[in-house]
Amino acid sequence: MAKRIEASNVTAYYGAFKAIENINLTVEPKTVTALIGPSGCGKSTFLRSINRMHEVLPGARVEGSLTIDDQDIYDRDVDVTAVRRMIGMVFQRPNPFPTMSIFENVVAGLRLNGVRRKSILDEAAERALRSANLWDEVKDRLGKPGAGLSGGQQQRLCIARTIAVEPQVVLMDEPCSALDPISTLAIEDLMFQLKDKFTIIIVTHNMQQAARVSDRTAFFSIEKTGDPGRLIEYDNTQKIFSNPGVKKTEDYITGRFG
Amino acid sequence: MTTTATSHRTRPPAQQPTLRARRLPKYAAAAIAAAALLLAAAFVYGTGTGGPVLVVVLGALLYLAGLYAAANRVEGRRSARNRTWSALIHSAFVLAVLPLASVVWTLVSKGAERLDADFFLTSMNNIGARDPNGGAYHAIVGTLQQVGVAALITVPLGILCAIYIVEYGRGRFAAAIRFFVDVMTGIPSIVAGLFVLAFWVLIVSPWFNDGRPSFSGFAAALALSVLMLPTVVRSTEEMLRLVPAPLREGAYALGVPKWKTILRVVLPTALPGIVTGVMLAIARAAGETAPVLLVAGGGAAINFNPFENNQSSLALFVYQQAGDASRYAPARAWTAALTLVALVLILTVAAKLLARRNRLGR
Ligand SMILES: Nc1ncnc2c1ncn2[C@@H]1O[C@H](COP(=O)(O)OP(=O)(O)OP(=O)(O)O)[C@@H](O)[C@H]1O
Ligand SMILES: [Mg+2]
Repeated sequence: MAKRIEASNVTAYYGAFKAIENINLTVEPKTVTALIGPSGCGKSTFLRSINRMHEVLPGARVEGSLTIDDQDIYDRDVDVTAVRRMIGMVFQRPNPFPTMSIFENVVAGLRLNGVRRKSILDEAAERALRSANLWDEVKDRLGKPGAGLSGGQQQRLCIARTIAVEPQVVLMDEPCSALDPISTLAIEDLMFQLKDKFTIIIVTHNMQQAARVSDRTAFFSIEKTGDPGRLIEYDNTQKIFSNPGVKKTEDYITGRFG
Repeated sequence: MTTTATSHRTRPPAQQPTLRARRLPKYAAAAIAAAALLLAAAFVYGTGTGGPVLVVVLGALLYLAGLYAAANRVEGRRSARNRTWSALIHSAFVLAVLPLASVVWTLVSKGAERLDADFFLTSMNNIGARDPNGGAYHAIVGTLQQVGVAALITVPLGILCAIYIVEYGRGRFAAAIRFFVDVMTGIPSIVAGLFVLAFWVLIVSPWFNDGRPSFSGFAAALALSVLMLPTVVRSTEEMLRLVPAPLREGAYALGVPKWKTILRVVLPTALPGIVTGVMLAIARAAGETAPVLLVAGGGAAINFNPFENNQSSLALFVYQQAGDASRYAPARAWTAALTLVALVLILTVAAKLLARRNRLGR
């Protein structure tokens, strides 16, 4: 059921500002792909264009084509909600629903898509919370508001919320930037598990993490401020971190730039 | 970074900034206030220029000056300014609360005279100028029905309109709607009353009433709706805009359709603010006199049917009793005014409690 994602000539704008230009890359099913690069080079923008979240912002638009198993998700007759149900997303900043309890937050995706059975919801909530390494911390206060958790707990809550709907592709935008090493390891474990069935794309600023979890790594960069971000190099993670083909990649990875 | 660090280190220890500062003693502010008031009283009564009000005003000014001088002397300029501004802010608060407290006090003290069961259980039917009793039952019924119907019309319409403007409206059409809502905000209530009189009472209502125009509580509710709608739309709009975009995106990312996101995520988040806006609109409508007089006509008897015949309302009752020649009328007017304020207060508190119950307690 895992999906193959193919981006060709993807260019994304915020109004008149071109944030990324001509991104071409193919993500194989059942792999973890890491997007790395300096701040502001368009990693989040590219990630958001994969589940059509980019166009939610007023004035933002995407050009080029993005196919999932040979279906162009930017086709006119594509149902956006179906795309997003298939491609889940964890955001850079945690965004739990403030009016919902922890439990309601986790099952929000199921419930709002029509699942009513209490037993199904209970089971899904526990499974998702365990996977996100949050179950032990919240199992006694599932009825408490989700916004009352710590920042890292909120982020794990959002991860649980995303995997509770079992998307086929999971996009993660710096999911571990607010997490302690133990939770980070748990999330990385989760990625290994999910990889059996799903395709994962993760943005990270942590080189070790990229090297640990990903099969392929894409390095994005910008020439100078105001220029659009470009894909500089895309290869097997091993190759990128041991013997990168482009000088710029090597500079970035070794910390000489960015 | 390094240069500042070294310069700190090379400083002689005697000049090192200390975290302690000299402070005025705790009683200083009270002492200065007392001295300022005494001085002001001595001056005002000594020269015979004014009364207690002038003493307080002059005393406050002297207090500010004295506090600044004393704090400047002992604690330094920054702290003196801080104390002066805090004192100014506190006096602004007192100034704002004074009229409110005075209104409440006047209402309660004057309204207490007729605060009896008779007032709430009888109408003004067959009450002459010499009768001391009589009540506002009919007016309470009128206010509740008219405001209730108006709220039933405006709340759904206003919230849907705001949702359209914020979530769906693009380009000219939405801008035009916003503009007209803004214009509507400025409509005087008498104009709203005249509009309903011309349109509903004189043109539409004869169709249902054998060709004769019919005054009714419903017509009053229509006029009140015209007044409430812009308030509801604008306040709901502001509240919806305050809901952070990442919340909507969080729901979209779960594959939730837009309408469901609005219904289940955006509206609940904005609910407390929306309730406040609706209650403001209701409070304003409940206090309107002119449109009710124009299109419901008032009346002394109880009329439970908002669709037929004249109805009164509390605000109209206050207006009529305050202008009545009977010496028992002013007391009725005061009690009716107190009732109106209490009614709005109760509705507001109830609505807030309801809205809070939907949110999770923190
Ligand atoms: N909502 C927006 N409106 C306008 N410009 C934006 C918006 N969001 C991002 N940008 C711009 O688009 C470019 C790419 O931003 P993006 O968020 O994709 O960077 P990023 O690679 O994710 O950076 P980071 O590592 O800091 O998260 C930046 O120049 C940024 O200023
Ligand atoms: Mg980013």
